[in-house]
Amino acid sequence: MTHFDEMRLGGQARPPYEDYQSWFGRQDPKRLSQKSGDAERVFRRTGITFAVYGDTEAAERLIPFDIVPRIISGKEWRRLVQGIEQRVQALNAFLDDIYHRQEILRAGRIPKEIVAGNAAFLPEMIGVRPPGGVYTHIIGVDIVRTGEDEFFVLEDNARTPSGVSYMLENRETMMQLFPELFQQVKVLPVENYPQLLRESLTAVTPQGCDGSPTIAVLTPGSFNSAYFEHAFLADQMGVELVEGPDLRVVDGHVAMRTTQGYKKIDVLYRRVDDDYLDPLTFNPDSVLGVPGIMDVYRAGKIAIANAPGTGIADDKAIYSYMPEIVEFYTGRKAILQNVPTWRCSEPDSLAYVQEHLAELVVKEVHGSGGYGMLVGPAASKKERAAFAKKLAARPGNYIAQPTLALSTCPILTAKGLAPRHVDLRPFVLVSDRIRIVPGGLTRVALKKGSLVVNSSQGGGTKDTWVLDD
Amino acid sequence: MLLGRSANGIYWMHRYIERAENMARLVDTGLRLSLTQAGTASDEWASVLTSAGVRDVFEEENSDYDTATVSNFLLRDLKNPSSVMSSMETARTNARMVRTALTRETWESVNEAWMALTRMLKRRIDEPDLPAVLDAVKRETALIRGAFQGTMLRNEIFDFAQIGTLIERADNTSRILDVKYYVLLPSVAWVGSSLDNHQWQTILRSVSALRSYRWTYEGDYKPTNVADYLILDRRMPRSLAFCYRGICDSLDYLADAYGVRHPCHDLAAAKFQKLKSATVDDIFEEGLHEFLKEFIHDNGALGDQVAADFRFY
Repeated sequence: MTHFDEMRLGGQARPPYEDYQSWFGRQDPKRLSQKSGDAERVFRRTGITFAVYGDTEAAERLIPFDIVPRIISGKEWRRLVQGIEQRVQALNAFLDDIYHRQEILRAGRIPKEIVAGNAAFLPEMIGVRPPGGVYTHIIGVDIVRTGEDEFFVLEDNARTPSGVSYMLENRETMMQLFPELFQQVKVLPVENYPQLLRESLTAVTPQGCDGSPTIAVLTPGSFNSAYFEHAFLADQMGVELVEGPDLRVVDGHVAMRTTQGYKKIDVLYRRVDDDYLDPLTFNPDSVLGVPGIMDVYRAGKIAIANAPGTGIADDKAIYSYMPEIVEFYTGRKAILQNVPTWRCSEPDSLAYVQEHLAELVVKEVHGSGGYGMLVGPAASKKERAAFAKKLAARPGNYIAQPTLALSTCPILTAKGLAPRHVDLRPFVLVSDRIRIVPGGLTRVALKKGSLVVNSSQGGGTKDTWVLDD
Repeated sequence: MLLGRSANGIYWMHRYIERAENMARLVDTGLRLSLTQAGTASDEWASVLTSAGVRDVFEEENSDYDTATVSNFLLRDLKNPSSVMSSMETARTNARMVRTALTRETWESVNEAWMALTRMLKRRIDEPDLPAVLDAVKRETALIRGAFQGTMLRNEIFDFAQIGTLIERADNTSRILDVKYYVLLPSVAWVGSSLDNHQWQTILRSVSALRSYRWTYEGDYKPTNVADYLILDRRMPRSLAFCYRGICDSLDYLADAYGVRHPCHDLAAAKFQKLKSATVDDIFEEGLHEFLKEFIHDNGALGDQVAADFRFY
């Protein structure tokens, strides 16, 4: 399989990479690998670490950072933005519909059972209209590229997408390491993301809140793998970082325990899953959430971002219907393509998938983080046989997609530049309007030939540049 | 606006940083004594352990009171909750928990101290390497203090940090004095004889006050002077009076900022008043040991009251 290399390694650079390549050519390779080590030290010192579940050896790990930027031209970016905006509008319209009149089901555009029998669909949200009418406020759209003009959406992360702190810290690190580079290449800034996030959250303040709203970030706590990001965002926005035990319902509001007593919260950016949000409504054993918060929410006294129940929109079974969903709510064809998807719940598709297991990527419908998936071409015969059994036992639990020829972008190795597969997660903020910072998180598979970019599976990250051209 | 949990985290973060530094100072004192007083070294190490309040924990697994065993226990044993390594772990965990309340400089200094000391204390420390390790502990904690003092806003966060630091310090100084209180008592044996100089030095060295004492009292080693210096002298940064002046200042700032006084304000003020008006003769008359015992108890109670009044839990 040939791969589209975004820099066009070994020849004349593609236009977005021209300035970078000429700068790179003038660098001393030794100095660059030294800078690479500096970057790691910066990350360690800053404490930008994540915990890998089930790995007690290394309680805190760094996501490897590669110093070669991933560069996107202004033109390419503007096209992506159009597609992303269309998509997030459709996602919110879908959520509003699915928790109210369910027109899309009545119209028969997507099958009823896919929603009714879905654990991500929360009956508690039926008829609830969130403050500002927004369901999914923060979305990380995973995009892959296969050619000059070929972009596909791989996943819509509409629950609690993570990684934005890496987007910001990667840029910060690059600017520290190579200040002169940023004078030679005009890169659009991403540093105002926290401010945009705050604006965006402020815009969904519940009615009846006097003065400026009190915003807080709810984290499961310092042992969570993404804790650094939770603290980082709260800090950068200038809002409190709270945990479940800090909160309780007081006089019909959610309030946090401060040194001067309980103080009401108007907008909660929660990084706790639906299931743990309210022990009175969902998982009764949860100590991460707030007993009674759902009642406050239904009474319209607090905005929760993202709204409970948004998972129904980024479920992998729903994903395959995204082209229909976009068209149904926006009246236009989707600008960004979906990856062709076989739903193994359908007998014909299942038969195809079983026959072509060696060519396909098979994923669990509710899985995430690269766990529980099979990359057919990379798997051994034995692995495929084992997976085929699981697939036959519960076909409805799986979808399959062709193995895309993901684009590559060079990373710096001991032997110089070498191509590795990448994806892209831009971060989108939805409230009174849509806000997108020019950039995102580029994840890179560090192993030669590997297509798995997840940090939990040995992936790294890169700074992502959108050019001011 | 500060979360009760954050105030708690800041308070304990600073108590543990102070504790790490105090531990290093205690080991330094013990080391010094073991070099100069070979015969009584194990007694001195035992009293160092008592001052540190960890003698019971030590005796659970150890029976040798030699320099290497005790100093490794005090520096790097994670079963000892007050060892330098345990203290730094706890300080960093708290700092991480209250990350948003700290400046980047403060957080990074804590994180870097933790990384440097984790590396340094990974393996057993041999006696010849002890001075370098102790210097590193003092340097790292000084860097944290510097970053904190130099970059933090003088708001409630700063005050909770001060209260934590000073309650821990007062606890440390009073324990050191209490372990050695008998040395300070005027006795018939002492009158007119030359007192065991190293005992004075132990006490003064373990609170980094040996040099300043010489300057202040022109080298006149008298038990009343030493007690006066470490209990009542408000210029001496590790004295009980100094600590309580700072605690009262911070509590007063909090009262101003919040517009309310709590029971902890009265407790602290009463204690400070006593330290201001007492003379060292009063204290000796009341009984030095009794005075210190009460102080250690009340100091702990003040910490609990602060936690209750400001909703740490």
